[in-house]
Amino acid sequence: MRRIWNAPGGIHPPDNKAQSLISGIGHLPLPEKLILPLTQHVGTAAKTCVLVGEKVLKGQKLASANASISAPIHAPSSGWVTAIEERPVAHPSGMSAPCIEITCDGEDRWIERVSYPDYQQASALQLRNLIANAGVTGLGGAGFPSAIKLDGAAKKHIDTLIINATECEPYITADDILIRERADQIIQGIDIISHLLGRPKTILIGVENNKPEAIAALNLYCHGTNIEVVTFPTKYPSGGEKQLIYILTGKELPSGQLPADIGIVCLNSGTAFAIKRAVIDGEPLISRITTLTGEACGINRNYEVLIGTPVSHLLRQNDFDQDLCSRLIMGGPMMGMSLASSEVPLIKTSTCILAPSHTEIPDDDPAQACIRCGLCSEVCPASLLPQQLYWYSRAKDHERLQSHNLFDCIECGACSYVCPSNIPLVQYYRSSKGDISNSLADKATAAVARERFEFRQVRLEKADNAREYKREARRLSTEQAKLASPSAVQSTGSSAADIIKAAQLRGITKQASPEQQRAKLERTLLAAQMRLDEAEQRLLQVTNKGSADQQTQQLASVEAAKRKVEQTTQRLTEVSH
Amino acid sequence: MAFKQVSSPHGHARQKTSEIMQLVVLATVPGMLVLTYQFGWGLLINLVIATLSAIFAETLILKLRNRPIKFYLRDYSAVVTAVLLALALPPLAPWWLVVVATVFSIVIAKQLYGGLGSNPFNPAMVGYVVALISFPIEMTTWITPISLLAADVSHPALLESLSIVFAGNSPVDGVTGATPLDLFKHNDGLLVDQIYQNNTLFSRASFAGVGWEWANVAFLIGGLALLKARIFTWHGPIAMLGTLALMSMLFWDGGSSNSPGSPIMHLFSGASMLGAFFIVTDPVSSAVSNRGRLIYGALIGLLVYVIRAWGSYPDAVAFAVLLGNFAAPFIDNYTVPRTYGHDQSRSATAKEKSE
Amino acid sequence: MITLLTENTMLAALLALVGLGTLFGGLLGYAAERFKVGSDPIVQQLDELLPQTQCGQCGFPGCRPYAQSIADGDAINKCPPGGQSTINAIANLLDISAPSLDEEHGEEEIRTIAYIREDECIGCTKCIQACPVDAILGAAKLMHTVITEECTGCDLCVEPCPVDCIDMLPVVKNINQWQWSAPANHADLIATTASGIHEDAA
Repeated sequence: MRRIWNAPGGIHPPDNKAQSLISGIGHLPLPEKLILPLTQHVGTAAKTCVLVGEKVLKGQKLASANASISAPIHAPSSGWVTAIEERPVAHPSGMSAPCIEITCDGEDRWIERVSYPDYQQASALQLRNLIANAGVTGLGGAGFPSAIKLDGAAKKHIDTLIINATECEPYITADDILIRERADQIIQGIDIISHLLGRPKTILIGVENNKPEAIAALNLYCHGTNIEVVTFPTKYPSGGEKQLIYILTGKELPSGQLPADIGIVCLNSGTAFAIKRAVIDGEPLISRITTLTGEACGINRNYEVLIGTPVSHLLRQNDFDQDLCSRLIMGGPMMGMSLASSEVPLIKTSTCILAPSHTEIPDDDPAQACIRCGLCSEVCPASLLPQQLYWYSRAKDHERLQSHNLFDCIECGACSYVCPSNIPLVQYYRSSKGDISNSLADKATAAVARERFEFRQVRLEKADNAREYKREARRLSTEQAKLASPSAVQSTGSSAADIIKAAQLRGITKQASPEQQRAKLERTLLAAQMRLDEAEQRLLQVTNKGSADQQTQQLASVEAAKRKVEQTTQRLTEVSH
Repeated sequence: MAFKQVSSPHGHARQKTSEIMQLVVLATVPGMLVLTYQFGWGLLINLVIATLSAIFAETLILKLRNRPIKFYLRDYSAVVTAVLLALALPPLAPWWLVVVATVFSIVIAKQLYGGLGSNPFNPAMVGYVVALISFPIEMTTWITPISLLAADVSHPALLESLSIVFAGNSPVDGVTGATPLDLFKHNDGLLVDQIYQNNTLFSRASFAGVGWEWANVAFLIGGLALLKARIFTWHGPIAMLGTLALMSMLFWDGGSSNSPGSPIMHLFSGASMLGAFFIVTDPVSSAVSNRGRLIYGALIGLLVYVIRAWGSYPDAVAFAVLLGNFAAPFIDNYTVPRTYGHDQSRSATAKEKSE
Repeated sequence: MITLLTENTMLAALLALVGLGTLFGGLLGYAAERFKVGSDPIVQQLDELLPQTQCGQCGFPGCRPYAQSIADGDAINKCPPGGQSTINAIANLLDISAPSLDEEHGEEEIRTIAYIREDECIGCTKCIQACPVDAILGAAKLMHTVITEECTGCDLCVEPCPVDCIDMLPVVKNINQWQWSAPANHADLIATTASGIHEDAA
């Protein structure tokens, strides 16, 4: 028995998993349209590489990875591209994001797939490129591009590979059912990853003890390999990466570092499956297992859904009753996001669609005063003081928030869950994190602006000095010329007057033709009149609602504009004659 | 259905603030029963007066502050303050004393600081201290326990108690008496054994002082029940009782005239158990982290002993708790727990290292 | 000596107090010197807090001169782009109370970015010369354009433009810049309806 450690804090909400495990993985009929957001992962949005109207095949690349942290998007079914525009997506803001819409032609025809069943012969770099091109991202819910995680790990020595089959959140059973039905493929995927990482010494699959069938399936296929299946007591949130690493290895991930920095790589079991599909079957990531659950749906089941399937399609196939449902959640009850509409598409990170009834998840009671009971700090898995973070968040005290390690909060929601006063703690922390990030970003831009300003001062000074220098040099040279031939100067008369006259002569000969002059002056007059109109309009505004200072200022501007118009008119009449 | 934008988590554990408060009041019932049995109707009358004035005061202030009254009264916090104050004040105290103490604690010590959750000091203790300092005579007039009353004397019946409380009549001779801590405070020259023998309060007691010992045991039981229900953690109460016992053990020299009492005596007299399980555990005014609560409880235990032994008041829980409340924010500064992924815990005022 | 002290209690008390005062004063003075923490000059620290738009709305030609003026005792509420949060930060640094923004110098408005309507631009370079952070790209008789990443929204370029082709457009937040707002704390709302809170939970 491998030793396990007990992570601090944690809660034991009711599992609610049995209802979606009655049937196996189901399949939905093909939806009419598929909507693929360009951002389904952590990092920069993918860049479109198809045009509206283009015919695409299943598995064809629609958008390629853009910039250093990104992932490509592939067509989940054959059809043609009907739109590339902003569409509502699953996001707490309810805002829209750029999406590619595909209308399915019903044929579901695959593009030519290139597989590497002989992956042991391929190099790590080749495999990573394959995985990157397949658009594999973390399927546990975070959505970090897996190839980039593996890239980063390649530069370090990895001695432990952890496969996260914990699925600690209530209601979600996607990983559970995937393991029960396809454990052999998952183990294959793990082997690919292990090969890619240079065969780490220890390979662990962490599972909670509320999944006996999954554990049995894993044990069956891990028999004879060096993969160890480790079970531990059920507690939320043991499935968080930091918590799982601690439970399985006793090591704490230092704040701000990545698991690769301490020789560990952690991947979800569904991601391992997707990697197997990408490498051995040559299939890009175009589908995932999503749990559909909640009392507002007549059927509770796991489905292998195509990425981009609208949530409404999924709900309609499962007897969704809108009146029974208190809110629609994408994800689990602890960390899922509430949806503003059911027309949003399922994406690579959609582990679950939860449609609870009013008795399952009632409307939130209004928040009461915090009584400082400390239940929140008892359950915090990161050993923070959520109570103090709450007070400092209300006070917007950024310094104290940082000294209490606000950014170590994993937003698991355990504190909010137990709060007897119903305070939405996680929302406070999220908004404070945003405030602090914004103020840091503002400081950074201010620093850049300051640098540019100072550089500009230096530049202007230099220009002034250069001018001064030239002026001095010219003055000296004319003086020297004077001294050199005093007779020559006298013959031409007073040098200053002559120089001026010569300059004037040059000016006159260089002068444009009268037509050109007039045209130029007419243009200037037009512009000056426009400015006068503007200034007078603004004067009217300011007279009505501006201060006395503003009025005098504006009056002065109007005067200046008037003078300019008069001047230009005068010169125009002069030139015309 | 509402398509709404709410932050996760969705769903809550069952326990609500009002339920916590109700459980606390329920846990004082054993102690209340013992005290009523030992000291008569005075306690229950106090309870009624205190509860009514607390609710009245809270309603008035909420109205002034333009807050929804039912929403705030529903959290039962005013009731808890009233109950604790009623348990602390002497039975058969005049009604105006109870009202003044309760109104002061609700209005000044709680609402003026911002209401529930924002008060730095324990409101019940503030009310008690204000009453003690303003009305020392009335606050030090206690009742003789029932088992020690002379044959022809009995505790006033209900109507008589009401007349004492409301009309200011004096109780019959022999009804009022000293408390165990009073005896220790005022008999400096005697050896402990002599005190024990001279006073029926001790000579007829089982281990601490007649009447008071069982009241403290009852509060202990209530407190342990709350501990089991996970209303609070063990750190505060155990630290306080432990330090109190430790101090009294350190200074126990076998019972000479100098010593202020045995550990058992201290643990089971006065408001020790009430203080440990109902006052020290008041979450609003105590320290925040578990380590902080240990230090906070220990500080209060220490101060209780110091004031009892060398101060001028026989019982010291109220003063000790208030002093502890003063210290709580400072204790919080230095007892921030170590966060996952960090080497050491930092002080709350640590500044971020600039880039 | 001892008898002198015991007999003259007043003298003893005086000596005791003076002695203690000297002792502790000496200790504190030594500690102040020995454990002194070197710090940034105050002007630098103040400049760090100002938003660096270099707009001149405070009446000074740039943020640094204003920082200098604050260090010399000027009012701290003259910076509209910084807004109340900057005033609070400066007040915190200087340990004084934070006044509200002085309306004479302008109001705190949402962040804007300059945009040149290129159809109307005549290439006069007046805006380029006016921009305090050199955020306008261009040269004489050639197209001028604003480098949006560097523009601080100070709007000093709008005045000099002879054809008035510069607009100040508000910065629009997209889905990537969205952040959660703090919850409305119903418990703090002063005027709540009689039935209270249930309309709009959380």
